[in-house]
Amino acid sequence: MRVVFSAAIVILALLLRDASATETTLTIGTVNNGDMLRMRTLSADFTAKNPSIKLKWVTLEENMLRQRVTLDIATRGQQFDLVTIGSYEVPIWAARGWLAPLNGLSKELDTADYIPSIRDALSLNGSLYASPFYAESSMLFYRKDLAQKAGLHFPQYPSWDFINSAARKMTDRRAGVYGICLRGKAGWGENVALVTAIANSYGARWFDQRWNPQFDKPEWRTALVEYSTLLKQYGPPGATSSGFNDNLALFSAGKCAMWLDATVAASFLTDPRESTVASKVGFAFAPSSGVGKSANWLWIWSLAIPTQSKNYDAAAKFLAWASGHSYTSLVAKTYGWSNVPPGTRLSLYENPAYLSAAPFAQLTLASILAADAKRPTVKPVPYTGVQYVAIPEFQGLGTTVGQDFSATISGSTTVDQALKNAQNSTTRIMRHAGYLK
Amino acid sequence: MAGQSRARHVILTSCMAWAVASLLFFPIFWTLLTSFKTEIEAVASTPSLIRFHWTLENYKAVLSAGDYLPHAINSIIISMTSTLLAIALSIPAAWALAMAPTKRTKSILLWVLSTKMMPPVGVLVPIYLIYQRLDLLNTRTGLIAIVALSNLPIVLWMLFSYFKEIPHEMLEAARMDGATPVQEIGLVLLPTSLPAIASAFLLSFLLAWNECFWTLNLSTSDAAPLSVYIASFSSPEGLFWAKLSAASILAIAPVFAVGWFCQRQLVRGLTFGAVK
Amino acid sequence: MATKHTQTVARLLLAPAVISLLLFSVIPLIFTIYFSFLHYSLLDAGARTFAGLENFQYVLTDPGLWQALANSLLLVTSILVITIAGGIPFALLLNEPIFGRNIARSVAIAPFFVMPTVNALVWKHLLLNPVSGLFSWIAVTLGRTPIDWFSDAPLAALVVIIAWQWLPFATLIFLTALQSLNSEQAEAAKLDGATPIQTFYHVTLPHLSRSIAIVVLIETIFLLSIFAEIFVTTGGGPGLASTNLTFLVFSQALIQFDAGAASAIALFAVLIANIVSGVLALPAAGRLEE
Repeated sequence: MRVVFSAAIVILALLLRDASATETTLTIGTVNNGDMLRMRTLSADFTAKNPSIKLKWVTLEENMLRQRVTLDIATRGQQFDLVTIGSYEVPIWAARGWLAPLNGLSKELDTADYIPSIRDALSLNGSLYASPFYAESSMLFYRKDLAQKAGLHFPQYPSWDFINSAARKMTDRRAGVYGICLRGKAGWGENVALVTAIANSYGARWFDQRWNPQFDKPEWRTALVEYSTLLKQYGPPGATSSGFNDNLALFSAGKCAMWLDATVAASFLTDPRESTVASKVGFAFAPSSGVGKSANWLWIWSLAIPTQSKNYDAAAKFLAWASGHSYTSLVAKTYGWSNVPPGTRLSLYENPAYLSAAPFAQLTLASILAADAKRPTVKPVPYTGVQYVAIPEFQGLGTTVGQDFSATISGSTTVDQALKNAQNSTTRIMRHAGYLK
Repeated sequence: MAGQSRARHVILTSCMAWAVASLLFFPIFWTLLTSFKTEIEAVASTPSLIRFHWTLENYKAVLSAGDYLPHAINSIIISMTSTLLAIALSIPAAWALAMAPTKRTKSILLWVLSTKMMPPVGVLVPIYLIYQRLDLLNTRTGLIAIVALSNLPIVLWMLFSYFKEIPHEMLEAARMDGATPVQEIGLVLLPTSLPAIASAFLLSFLLAWNECFWTLNLSTSDAAPLSVYIASFSSPEGLFWAKLSAASILAIAPVFAVGWFCQRQLVRGLTFGAVK
Repeated sequence: MATKHTQTVARLLLAPAVISLLLFSVIPLIFTIYFSFLHYSLLDAGARTFAGLENFQYVLTDPGLWQALANSLLLVTSILVITIAGGIPFALLLNEPIFGRNIARSVAIAPFFVMPTVNALVWKHLLLNPVSGLFSWIAVTLGRTPIDWFSDAPLAALVVIIAWQWLPFATLIFLTALQSLNSEQAEAAKLDGATPIQTFYHVTLPHLSRSIAIVVLIETIFLLSIFAEIFVTTGGGPGLASTNLTFLVFSQALIQFDAGAASAIALFAVLIANIVSGVLALPAAGRLEE
């Protein structure tokens, strides 16, 4: 009896082992953005084509996901097989050997079709470490009707001087219309991103080649003066707490004459269900001051496979599915062309169906093409990243410096004081982190 | 005359008391209400109190999404087991402190109190690293251990304050009859103080269920209890308020029952026996 | 009194609890002290070098630390004031013979049982949301502009949320204490011609002094460690506006991955907790033994 019993246990164990051996479970960590949630819903298509692969989703808000995933990968937790990460993390993690290179997938991903600046931003030493899911740059949105009323003709590539006079002419506080809306909320992904991009367009940079902070240079002063003056004189009240969503709401409600922010806003602003000014939105390239760079940034959400994942093959299959042409068609079929993840493939911008669904597409493409994460500034820099600096310390830097930028809007600090604070705190942090002696 | 003014007094104070109580309770009530609304109505700029479409769709969505149940089970297991562990450790210790007092007793008690007074953040980094080294991150075992130890001081003090009140004669009698200390605890002390232990159990369960600091930092998905599950409702896109309300109600309902049962014991436990 | 034999047994019985607490609090604290003297990044786990006092110098010259300290103290004191100043009158009210007294008490106590994360999210989205929250509807109805609580006044928002949760706790403690108040003293005072306020001041309040001390002690312990609510609503922001010491340690350790600096800040936090407890709470702790 006992022999039979033990034999049964052994057989059962073998059977169970066998069952788990043929079935793989992929743990996917993703942010809860609309495009990612759509990917999750559409993944039924993937599991239908790959029945032996099960998907476990960990969907979190961006900051939480970033923290969890970074911690897991840094401490070799091996919890995730696939992660959605931004172009900020990719260079940092690739340099540490935390991401598996995707060289073997060039055909499935059709890497030749990627917009060159996108591919570059996610590559290190020629190898691609993450596949782009969607990308954005920044552009200037303006009200065509208000411009016409003020007698303004918006060029495709406006200068900051033009923006200044346009903001002055289009502000009508009594009617509740503000010349320009800009992010003012403190945070490395909020106002710091915008101000850094603006600074780039004035020829400024965060660090020189030896990692000395550059906030004491005249270019930064000009940039910060421009930013704070615009907001103080022509911006809406409460700007210091306005982020992307707040300004989106303001513009959609007709309160802003101009808005410089992410290209992804375009689809909301032109949607009559979401915006009261949908038919009156004009688009222009992010402003410049003529020194060779404009205030257009580059942000990419991408899919990557951690090196420690034990399920590389299955993960690679999913990655190829989510980043391939068939996925694009699937989204178009299910949700319409305007909801296809934008900004990553050249072929998308040659597709007439997409171009007719997204009138701002060409300008988005131009903005992305012009953004170079590897060479973001006029003067040479030791870092990559257009509106951020791809070093781990940047989150902390951005938090502190963002507060200083914000304070110039509320008037509690002067521009010079803010820059001095930024210079001091950045120097401290960089010295502590070992970049500076 | 006096009777009338007393009646007026009662009515007045009743109204005031109920007004304040309702005001305090209102957010919970509002959450409950919202959990029965559709998402569109939940974000309507003019909130409605009664006149809306009552629906159970949010509860269905939350329960069927597949996230809630595993986390609820984690909450139950972690709260139960950590409480049992805390009580198992505390009963002998509380007995020793209450029945065999020495010069050291007061300092030991104060030391136990002081461990609770140290902010947990003071040991966040080492605990995180130790857990990582021992592969305890994101495991129920790890969470059970830390939650049990977090609540240990409170449980110990609570049991101590109850044990101290047990008349010595009963225990002396048992001792005279030749009972060993262990027998004394098991056969005399425990049966008598069952209500006390039950209260300590309920209080510890409540605290464990609501524990957020360690659960948020030491678990991500597998072992995460409801406190972490709710945190992931932080800022998803799309409408989610009604679902958040439903999930919230589902998360707090169990402990409400517990809390209401043991209000009195709560006071005693949370004030380290000082207020009875 | 305990016999020698009983004493040995007592020590054995005490051991598991004491050892566990040692393992949980004292030993890790020693590690924290150790780490604070190292350059230790969680991202590059292998490279740990001795840093001497550099972490402390770095941390103490960071204006963010002092901002976090101020926030911590502000949070604790505001909530203490609100809960005690609100809890006493409310307890007095609930102590009166009112209709449905027990139910009223249960209803009033309820907020204390809500999980901190639930608490924070419900307030953030259902109540304080500047567009569709209940508070903004009230503001608009009264003709005023709604406040964007978590952007403009994040610390105030946190005070509201957490005070709401702890007010019932204070009320419950005071209520329990009031129930042991001998009514004869109050009657005697009234007979002597004392006004209700005088009765309150000279009879009730002294009786409550012990429980006030206890409430201060308990709340201080918990309020210094506020974490979940910040984590789930503002993430310490905007900037550092709603970062307290606990959150600063967390962000330094698990967002910046700088274990050395985080440990230094943690020691600072422990020091502050000791000072605050010593000032506010130890007088109360002594009374626990009574």
